[in-house]
Amino acid sequence: MEQAQRYSARLLALEIAAILVALLFLVPFYFVLVNSVKSFGDLMRNAAGWPEAFRFDNYAKVWEIMRFPRAFMNSLWITVLSNAGLVVISAMAAYRILRRPHLLNRVLFVLFIAAMVIPFQSIMIPLVKVASEVGLMDSRLGLIICYFGFGVSLNLFLYHGFMKSIPREIEESAVVDGCTPYGVFWRIVFPLLKPMTITVLLLNSLWIWNDFLLPSLVLHDAGLRTIPLQTYSFFGQYTKQWDLALAGLVMGVTPMVVFFLMMQKYIIAGISAGAVKG
Amino acid sequence: MVPLKRKRWSEAVQQLVFVGPALLFFCLIVLVPFLMSFYYSLTDWNGVTTRVVWAGLNNFKRILMEDDAFRTSFWFTARYTLAAVVLTNLVGFALALLLTQPLKTRNLLRTVFFLPNVIAGLLLGFIWSFIFVRGFAAVGNWTGIGFFQLPWLGTASTAFWGMVIVTVWQLSGYLMVIYIAAMMNMPRDLIEAAKIDGANRFQMLKNIIVPLVMPAFTVCLFLTLSWSFKVFDLNLSLTKGGPFGSTESVALNIYKEAFQNNRYGLGTAKSLIFFVIVATVTTLQVLYTKRKEVEV
Repeated sequence: MEQAQRYSARLLALEIAAILVALLFLVPFYFVLVNSVKSFGDLMRNAAGWPEAFRFDNYAKVWEIMRFPRAFMNSLWITVLSNAGLVVISAMAAYRILRRPHLLNRVLFVLFIAAMVIPFQSIMIPLVKVASEVGLMDSRLGLIICYFGFGVSLNLFLYHGFMKSIPREIEESAVVDGCTPYGVFWRIVFPLLKPMTITVLLLNSLWIWNDFLLPSLVLHDAGLRTIPLQTYSFFGQYTKQWDLALAGLVMGVTPMVVFFLMMQKYIIAGISAGAVKG
Repeated sequence: MVPLKRKRWSEAVQQLVFVGPALLFFCLIVLVPFLMSFYYSLTDWNGVTTRVVWAGLNNFKRILMEDDAFRTSFWFTARYTLAAVVLTNLVGFALALLLTQPLKTRNLLRTVFFLPNVIAGLLLGFIWSFIFVRGFAAVGNWTGIGFFQLPWLGTASTAFWGMVIVTVWQLSGYLMVIYIAAMMNMPRDLIEAAKIDGANRFQMLKNIIVPLVMPAFTVCLFLTLSWSFKVFDLNLSLTKGGPFGSTESVALNIYKEAFQNNRYGLGTAKSLIFFVIVATVTTLQVLYTKRKEVEV
């Protein structure tokens, strides 16, 4: 056994060093927050100091200009529905592929996994054509369907790896009790997948909520914009008006930071689990 | 017993219900467009007209022989990837070493280091463009330190390092989490044995810790390689590829070729070259570091 480590001088020094590095990591947040409540003149005179006066009307203005509630709801719907669909289709496919490993399913599995090395940029140009031909352009549902396609490989891979640890005996006894194959999956297997479902949901949420390129190709109508799209167009119009721009950035960043602080235990656990398995 | 025919029928239906939706969306969104890009890369398609003229290998010839901007973007992406991969892994690994010590504030510190990761790359680029231009200037005036008084983002080299700094700041926390998980899984007895044998800290690191967390290196190198090779959002919002195209990533170059110059055929040809390189580099890296992993 390791002897109970005393809180030595060396540890204290390390602790102080670590806190200093952490403060350095936080400095950008300080700059953005502090300057988002300054008047334009104050910001230009002194970007490093404390505000002369706190001006929260920057936020009120940007809230209106960015139509923030609308962008927030667009992001929310797109993230939630993409997640729901992805979990259902990838868990089901992974289950079938694992439990019936005939030639077709083995080929399909390799296909899903191999596609993960294709960079998005090598798909996006013809995708725009395909999407407009099947009517996915300029529609939130269309974007959600795109996320189904792009997310399914990784999600299927993660579920497939996790399911290997679920014993078949439980399922077999359910079949003996007269459960249909669909019942076995939804009532028995799916609840057992819960830890992986949480990981998948969190990884997908971070990706979809923050994504810019795909939504910028699919959604052109101003009313459909997600938060990153809206921030981008807002920045284009208010390039040098940093007082407003920074307030907009703080608003854009806040939902995800709050989400992370609430869910951080699961997010960090999910990343470790996903990486060690991968 | 269920008759054999009915059983087969039910199996086929199950296959369709369970795998069908995933396969349908995957084919529609990923596979079909990807296969189409092989065809379009050989045409002069402009994305608007329905008339698509066969161009043979002209696009590829043009890219390899004449396209200086593409070559510059490749050179930039390669240098950026190298710097970003090395530095994020070093910082992430160092943070993990630090935060596996029994520090009182370590849970809080982990949260802080991970935090930049949850912010969209696009927003991060905007945030940092303010910090480089306004914030660094203010700090420079105040302290007189030369580093802060450089024309940040205004020259090719400050823009390059600007990209690298933001990347390290954003991603090292993610790698830290993976390295910490690997370090927590190291067998205690090996560490104890090395201590009893009188290994010093450096020997411990080199001969025990690094070989044991090799699987985490494989994962982290893979992640950072593919992230930085494909960098787009951060590039677009931080430097827009400037000044004078010196920091334009390949992803941004492809995007501009297709959607701003409306040369979809040429853009797809570039994207295929990009695919071949990304796939080759990441596969080679995984094969190489996998070989270095040790069995415990």
